[in-house]
Parts: sequence; C-alpha cells; structure tokens
Amino acid sequence: MEPLHSTSQVPMLPMQPEPYRIERVHKDTGDTFTLELKPAAGNAGFAFKPGQFNMLYVFGVGEIPISISGDPEDTASLIHTTREVGTVTRAMRALKQADVLGIRGPFGSSWPVLEAKDQDIVLVAGGIGLAPLRPALYHVMNHRSDYGKVVLLYGARTPEDILYKKELAQWRSKFDLDVFVTVDRATGNWQGNVGFVTQLIKRAPFEARNTTAMICGPEVMMRFTAQELIKRGVAKEQVFVSMERNMKCGIGLCGHCQYGPHFICKDGPVFSYAEIAWLLNLWEV
Amino acid sequence: MNQIKTMFAQHPLFQDFSEEELEFLATCASAEQLDAGRILFQEAQEARHFYLIREGDIALELRHPKRGVITIQTLHAGDALGWSWLFPPYSWHFDARAMSHVHLLAFDAEKVRERLEQDNSLGYRLMKRFASLMLERLQATRLQVLDLYGTPS
Repeated sequence: MEPLHSTSQVPMLPMQPEPYRIERVHKDTGDTFTLELKPAAGNAGFAFKPGQFNMLYVFGVGEIPISISGDPEDTASLIHTTREVGTVTRAMRALKQADVLGIRGPFGSSWPVLEAKDQDIVLVAGGIGLAPLRPALYHVMNHRSDYGKVVLLYGARTPEDILYKKELAQWRSKFDLDVFVTVDRATGNWQGNVGFVTQLIKRAPFEARNTTAMICGPEVMMRFTAQELIKRGVAKEQVFVSMERNMKCGIGLCGHCQYGPHFICKDGPVFSYAEIAWLLNLWEV
Repeated sequence: MNQIKTMFAQHPLFQDFSEEELEFLATCASAEQLDAGRILFQEAQEARHFYLIREGDIALELRHPKRGVITIQTLHAGDALGWSWLFPPYSWHFDARAMSHVHLLAFDAEKVRERLEQDNSLGYRLMKRFASLMLERLQATRLQVLDLYGTPS
C-alpha cells in the first residue's frame, strides 16, 4: 500500500553532522526550552518539511532526534523545542548563545499539508507535541486560502506547562483560526478549559467528512484522540499521527526504531492512522 | 412550551424521542440564565434539576481545605450537566459555577423521575443516554488523571 503521507528523502551526507551555532536559547516552561540555530559556517539556510526531525549532537555527550518546530518558509534559522528529560537534553539545556551543536537531517516523513489542500484542518497536540505540529500550522497559516476551517486543539498538563503562550494568544486573536486550549489540572487563576484534550473534539468547528487531522503527543493520547475523531466522522485515512521511538541513524539502517514492518526514522515519524492502527493496540512491538 | 421544546429537541440526549415524550419533557423544563461567577449548585445540596448548557461555560469545582477551590472539569454549550438527580440520595457531588454568562435549560428532576418510574421504556432510553454520557466523561477523566504529559520517570 502506498503511504498516505509525504515520505522521506535522505539528505546528501546523512551521517555527517554539520556544525550549527546557537543564536538564542529560550526557556518555554519549567522543563522545556527552544534553541534557535544558524549554520556555523554561515552558509545557506536549512530546508525542511513540517513534521521532519533532525539528529542533534551535543559534542562529547550524545546525539538525539528532535522534531523541527520552526516555520518551514523561514529557512534562515533552525528552531528546535525540547524537554529536559535525559543526559543529552540536560547538557543541551546548559548550552549558551554562541555554543556549537552538530546537526544531521532533516529526516523522516512529513505532515500531509500539501495533500490536505481544500480541506478543513484539525491539529491536536498534547504536551510538548505542539512543537512538531507548529511547522504544519505555520504552513497552513502561510497559505491560509488553500484550506477550509483551521482548528488547533491543545492539551497541557497545567497552565504553567503550556508551550508558546505568546504565540497561542496571537493565534487565538485570528479570525481564521480556532484555538482551544485545555489543561488536565487547573492551577492558579486559570479560567480556561479543564479536561482531557479529547473532550475538545466534539465542539470544535470542522466538517468531519472533509477534514485532515494531525495529532502529536503521547501515544495513548494519540490513540484515544484518533478514535474520537473517527467517531465524529473523520476518515481514518485522513488522521495522521507522529510516532516516537529510539531513533539513532535516521536513515533506516541501524534498526533501533523498528516499529513492526516500519522504521520510524525513515517511514515515519508521520504515519496515517490507517497504516498503523493495528500496531498501536499490540502489547509489544 | 413549543419554544422550550425547540431548545432541546435536537440534543443527542433526546434523539429519537417521540413528540409526546418531548412535549412532556418541555413541561419539566425552564430556561434560566446565570451571571459569570454565580454558583449554580453546591456539593451536598439536593439535586433538584439536571441541565443542558445552551450558551456559556460552567466549572465543576471541589473545595479543598488547603488548596482552595479546585476545578475538576469545565462544561460548555451543548453539554448536559448533572446525573446526581438519577441516583439516591439525589445530592450534588461537586459545586457548579458559571465561568461566563450562561444560558441553561433546567429540567425538574422529581417530575422527570416520576415519569421514568411509570414509563420504563422512556426510563431505559434516557438511562442509556446518561450512561453513555457518564462513560464518555469517565474515559476522559481516566486519561486526565494519568498525567500523560508529565516528565517520564
């Protein structure tokens, strides 16, 4: 079966990291941060498709895959948002402006933003899953007249854990984009929605039969969100998820990220739900 | 009465109900409004109504001695509110507060219950709809308490 999403194209020298200099480090929440990077050699910008990822190498520490979270049409700098969870991200968090990282990529398949033209677009993000979806939203908003209704549904743990707060406020103020944010646990003076992100689906304004949905978040969240979208009438072939496994080489050689018959780094990370629904319910893959 | 009926006849809770059943429910219903910040009901009070939210947002809250008021869930236009009226001792388990100006339809619980006891067909169908609603909320609550977005340990 032909994949229903844009497949990957391997870069020219896929195993050779290019040095990138940190232009800016931005602390997004208590445990997440965004790096703005530029080629250390000052060469031309970095082209990528929404949903693709890079391998980021902290010299002497290790290399990890991180989705690209910037605007695909702004190739002057490379944006990565990540959470401080392990040895490499902890070392990455300690880096400062002008420090240098190694970058390999871009790798993997992309969100089907071109295939979804003329359709309503529903983006459903959970937690840090908003970062890999942001390039898709940038693309859709850069080409707004190509699409029908555009809806962003975002669930975070608490109000303090909401990513890209300023940008969310800007997106909310747009008349051609519906943004719904919910938190699992209300804290402080939060006056917004409280409840799991799936609860937003039934009241989101989109025409289910003419919708492409893109979901990114923890696997359990994506599974239940996909089911809720399908219950509302979205075709399962039009629901896309971004999977995460232990990616190492980025080009489907090492096998670390094998997921059933797929390699996440090469065949994914973006898959149609129709392609992998059977794998999501297996106990061990 | 007809005006009230049109406010809820299309709601999924009452889908496929007969004209007579809808007319009966209309005799139990009244339109209400609540300003932002006002309390609709409080924990332990008698559950005399169930509600359909027509406009606005409602927060279900719990008062905690140390943490103050905790919002457990928010409900919005189109949502049904309240199932404590169905089960003894017919008292609310949480507080409900209007987060914005709210338009509601309030159904007289005692009157509806009396009819459901006599008309088991209607009782079964309405109970199934509420059970489905409870299942949906339970599933969402399970996911909510899993803390899925937390940092993996």
